[in-house]
Amino acid sequence: MAKLIFEMSRPGRTAYSLPPCDTATDLRDRKTAGQTGSDGKGAQEDVACSLIPERFRRKKDAELPEVSEVDVIRHFTELSRMNHGVDNGFYPLGSCTMKYNPKVNEDIAALEGFRAVHPYQADETAQGCIQILYEMDRMLKEITGMDRFSLQPAAGAHGELAGLMIIKAYHDYRGDTGRTKIIVPDSAHGTNPASAAMAGFEAIEVKSDERGGVDLKALKAAVGPDTAGLMLTNPNTLGLFDENIKEIARIVHDAGGLLYYDGANANAIMGICRPGDMGFDVVHLNLHKTFSTPHGGGGPGSGPVGVKKALEPFLPTPLAEFDGKQYRLDHDRPLSIGRVRSFYGNFGVILRAYAYIRTMGPDGLRKVSENAVLNANYLMHRLKDHFDLPYDRTCMHEFVLSYGKHKETGIRTLDIAKRLLDFGFHPPTVYFPLIVNEALMIEPTETESLETMDLFADTLISIAEEAEKDPEKVKSAPHRTYVSRLDEVKAARNPVLVHMD
Amino acid sequence: MGILEGVKFTKEHEWAREEGGKVYIGISDYAQNALGDIVYVELPAAGKKVKAGDAISVVESVKTASDIYSPVSGTVIEVNDALEDSPELLNEDPYENYIAVIDPENLSELDKLMDEKEYREFCSEEE
Repeated sequence: MAKLIFEMSRPGRTAYSLPPCDTATDLRDRKTAGQTGSDGKGAQEDVACSLIPERFRRKKDAELPEVSEVDVIRHFTELSRMNHGVDNGFYPLGSCTMKYNPKVNEDIAALEGFRAVHPYQADETAQGCIQILYEMDRMLKEITGMDRFSLQPAAGAHGELAGLMIIKAYHDYRGDTGRTKIIVPDSAHGTNPASAAMAGFEAIEVKSDERGGVDLKALKAAVGPDTAGLMLTNPNTLGLFDENIKEIARIVHDAGGLLYYDGANANAIMGICRPGDMGFDVVHLNLHKTFSTPHGGGGPGSGPVGVKKALEPFLPTPLAEFDGKQYRLDHDRPLSIGRVRSFYGNFGVILRAYAYIRTMGPDGLRKVSENAVLNANYLMHRLKDHFDLPYDRTCMHEFVLSYGKHKETGIRTLDIAKRLLDFGFHPPTVYFPLIVNEALMIEPTETESLETMDLFADTLISIAEEAEKDPEKVKSAPHRTYVSRLDEVKAARNPVLVHMD
Repeated sequence: MGILEGVKFTKEHEWAREEGGKVYIGISDYAQNALGDIVYVELPAAGKKVKAGDAISVVESVKTASDIYSPVSGTVIEVNDALEDSPELLNEDPYENYIAVIDPENLSELDKLMDEKEYREFCSEEE
């Protein structure tokens, strides 16, 4: 195990070597420059201290690690080697779209005009940045068939919350205050009911039908004058396109509710179909998934929220506008739900996604989705004879297998996932969606080659065979990682939140 | 199976047992087994009014978090505080360790639930 950088700390060790400061840090007292105080510290340090009121000063020095430069470099290089990212291997984490993030995105984000800009600059001095926001809004509108986007939400679930707040503001503005319920299918992302609760709604679950879509009968029974809206992913978390989407939209709209599109699975549909055309009123996209910006381990992400015309006044403020000559940020939006994030969202992430969309163009984005769907179907067909496939239909960008019936060996999906680590693969999403027993949710994305997918399929098949012949080996996996099975139960029941004293 | 005499079950794998006009509720052995190691139980507040089918508690395991639905309408009059520090009690003995006690509005709601035999059949179909 690697040590923490705090454990490597030795008093007095530094990664820099500087001469004593020869100018006063306080210009009112030039005399003290270069002198040493009675306690051995530089007098200028005392001067600096004196500028801070007594009650705000530290009583003890901050406990920062004291290490040499080479220690710092080795420490973080070692940590990075212990990590798994899409830059060092296949990462088929279903519902997360771990596609390769082109490095040209980084070059664009590192341009000085973007890198050195300050969010407090006046509009007229930040025209390029506001132009990016304005054009990004227009491009996302075209991709989704919506009328206007706010780029503020910091990630997907944040976009959901903003979208639901907009739905609430819309109903309230019309005096339609009895709409307290959001309908969520049982296959939905866990964030959907959570966001609904955060926005002050009650989440109502509807079952899926035998084809994996929303059960129309259950939906009809669930809607009513208290329905604020329905949250849906399409394709859904089973990787299946809900063919009844038009009918679903009609049922919800007839009841006076609005339709919310969770864009987590948008990688399947770009250039092919659009949530706006399916009847959705509010959409969020995950720029970090669909539009290739680094995520996993905390992002940062970006979850723009887009709406149809009637909901536009309620979008977060400000929005980027263009009068034909000048770009500006419009803060005068009285019906807006307000800000949902400081400044203008995660601008660096928006910029990378902008670079990606401009690189691909409309035809390129369509090819992205076509290849994502093709890859998923290829892998599904390679694996379907070796695992259970509960919904045997043409899938979209991902598919869900089940490893449910192995009582005799005691091997479960978790064991299969852990064994994959030994072969350098990030495991798929497991135990989700909840409606599939012992689920494995696989999303290869469009950026993987036939060879990579074949190697993954061969490995997964050989693990399934090994599970029958040598179950102990699979149960005790992983064998080649820095740590093997962690005691998750103990960690959850008795979390240790402090490392030292 | 003396211990399960008079115990009723829901399709969501809760159990309910009437004792002195009050209804004790918890989760079934099948449920605790499917959830795996339980690490947290969110208990309802005593005095809370519930309708049959309302979520009254959340049981969290390493694998997932599940809502627990009240099998009957009424008022929560007691909760099992021991679960706060020892959620594993639900794994160790799910029928001995209840989650909450409800003062029911209408005891006949229990008649709509499954008895042990029906529940066993229901579980084997779920497999």
